[in-house]
Amino acid sequence: MNQKAQSVLQAEDIDKYFFSPVKNQVLKKVSFTINRGEFVSVVGKSGCGKSTLLYILSTMDTDYQGKLHLDQELITGKPHDYLARIRNEKIGFVFQFHYLLNEFSVLENILIPGLKLGKYSREELEHRAMEKLKIFEMEEHALKKAYQLSGGQKQRVAIARALINDPLLIMGDEPTGNLDKKNSDIVFNKFKELAEEFNQTMLIVTHDPEFAAGTSRIIEMEDGRVIKS
Amino acid sequence: MKMKWSLIFEISTALMLARFKQTAIAAVGVLFSITMFVALLGFMNGLNTMLDGLVLNRTPHIRFYNEIKPNPNQPIDQKGEFAGAWNVIRSIKPSTSRLAIHNASKIIQDLEEDPRVLGVSRKISSQVFFNVGTIDLTGLVNGIDVEKETQLFAFSDYVTAGNLEELVQNNTIILGKGLADRMLADIGDVVQVTTSQGNRIQLKVVGYYQSGLGDFDNANSFASITTVQKMLGEPPSFITDIQVKLKNLDLAPPMARELETIYEIDADDIQTVNAQFETGTQIRSLISYAVGITLLVVSGFGIYNILNMMIYEKLDTIAILKAIGFSGSDVNRIFITIALSIGLVGGTLGLLFGFLACLGIDQVPFETEALPTIKTFPVDYNPKYYLIGGIFSIITTYLAGYFPAKKASGVDPVDIIRGK
Repeated sequence: MNQKAQSVLQAEDIDKYFFSPVKNQVLKKVSFTINRGEFVSVVGKSGCGKSTLLYILSTMDTDYQGKLHLDQELITGKPHDYLARIRNEKIGFVFQFHYLLNEFSVLENILIPGLKLGKYSREELEHRAMEKLKIFEMEEHALKKAYQLSGGQKQRVAIARALINDPLLIMGDEPTGNLDKKNSDIVFNKFKELAEEFNQTMLIVTHDPEFAAGTSRIIEMEDGRVIKS
Repeated sequence: MKMKWSLIFEISTALMLARFKQTAIAAVGVLFSITMFVALLGFMNGLNTMLDGLVLNRTPHIRFYNEIKPNPNQPIDQKGEFAGAWNVIRSIKPSTSRLAIHNASKIIQDLEEDPRVLGVSRKISSQVFFNVGTIDLTGLVNGIDVEKETQLFAFSDYVTAGNLEELVQNNTIILGKGLADRMLADIGDVVQVTTSQGNRIQLKVVGYYQSGLGDFDNANSFASITTVQKMLGEPPSFITDIQVKLKNLDLAPPMARELETIYEIDADDIQTVNAQFETGTQIRSLISYAVGITLLVVSGFGIYNILNMMIYEKLDTIAILKAIGFSGSDVNRIFITIALSIGLVGGTLGLLFGFLACLGIDQVPFETEALPTIKTFPVDYNPKYYLIGGIFSIITTYLAGYFPAKKASGVDPVDIIRGK
């Protein structure tokens, strides 16, 4: 019971097919549970379905069979607007390429999910956003436009944005995949810091063995199946 | 909820500023079409009002008179034994009933108490000859109540020379411009008039009248009622026409029919007499609305294109917004807000520029012999056109934004994020 109460994300027999160009099963009965405080990486060869799995877990892709529980609530089959609210409140995202909204400043980028949630006033959110930026040593860039930052800086801001609503879970799709060694080390260390200091639950898809080695648990996939978790 | 809207405005504004040039061009499109819409309708309706005014302003809404016609109730019809038979009578003459309106003062009193009536004016129409040397010119002298005629039928607008006030004095006349030109009668000259009964009278010319309708000005002239009564040798109760102006023009036909039977008198209403003016006005309005709305629709397509382009360029932004928790309807609202902002800004400025354009047109000189009272192009500043223009700018931009916004709300973030 205690074990179950701590579960953040639970996948049960997830099947996923692609229909174009031919019917092709990319995920086969994928099941696993992620508990609070775990720093999990998903690894596997290119094309093994790990990114596909991540987008299903993220609630953005709803075209799958099986059951998905987030925070012990069954979210399979829920309407899109409800899922959007869940993403806003409980999930933080870090992508490989799509970091920030270029139309906004760094600070605004971090504020937007918070403003969307509407739990705190703008002043409070600004204060919180600055705190998050401080974690990533980016506070002096707060008022720059997003496109004025380097790739590594953008990714750090993206992680700060993922944190603004104190999400239950942070998901990353190869967050260091597009960065050079130095920046990717910085970003990895930040993830590690989040795991250790803030006990943040994280699920990161990566093909970087070094990154995976630094996480507390590795889920390995091959050909649409979990072969080690 | 309030917070959400302010966030949606913030994002919309940022997206518009990021593509400021395109957004501005879309707004200019709306601005241009609304400006044209307002200017076109203002100008068109100004012209309409003026042209209609040429006739309608000085035409009574209902005119009561006695028509000379055969008695419809011939003696043979009154004889019981021929009732229902087919009676053929040849060479019937009009009855000798008087042109004068019987019991006119009572009718006028009644009409003046009628709440539908704005005002009543008496008139005498009299055929005369103007004696110019050996030549007699036929013409018409209208005996009018100068004060009422000016107040109800804008008589003073058409007196282009001379002094209207002097018409109140006896034995004075205002000649139609065409008539005066033919007689070479200057203001201050005396003209001789012979009535159909043979009475001769000398009248002093105190002004010219110019309606803009040449035929009318070639034959008509005006004198005071008492002058004409004296000229005809009739008592002060003698009048031939009662002219009525109503508060609501549309009531004229039913009222004419109603009062015709009550007073046992002929009544013409303005719609029946001037049906063609109504039609012309309507068609001109219709054309200007059609052109105006076409302009708006074209600018709507402009907005549609620009929003579509913006959505295509901003797929990444839309995907990120969706990933961080914006729902399809939020994205929809963002793009509808953009469309409406373009419409609102373009529309408001368009109304302003339209007004300025109207002021400009109003200054353009427009002088023509036929229209003595018009010095510049006429413009109608009726707020109705501004209201319609404003509402249409919002409706078209909303529709132009609707489909792109729907498309944006349907963007699948997974496709975009994985696609790279």
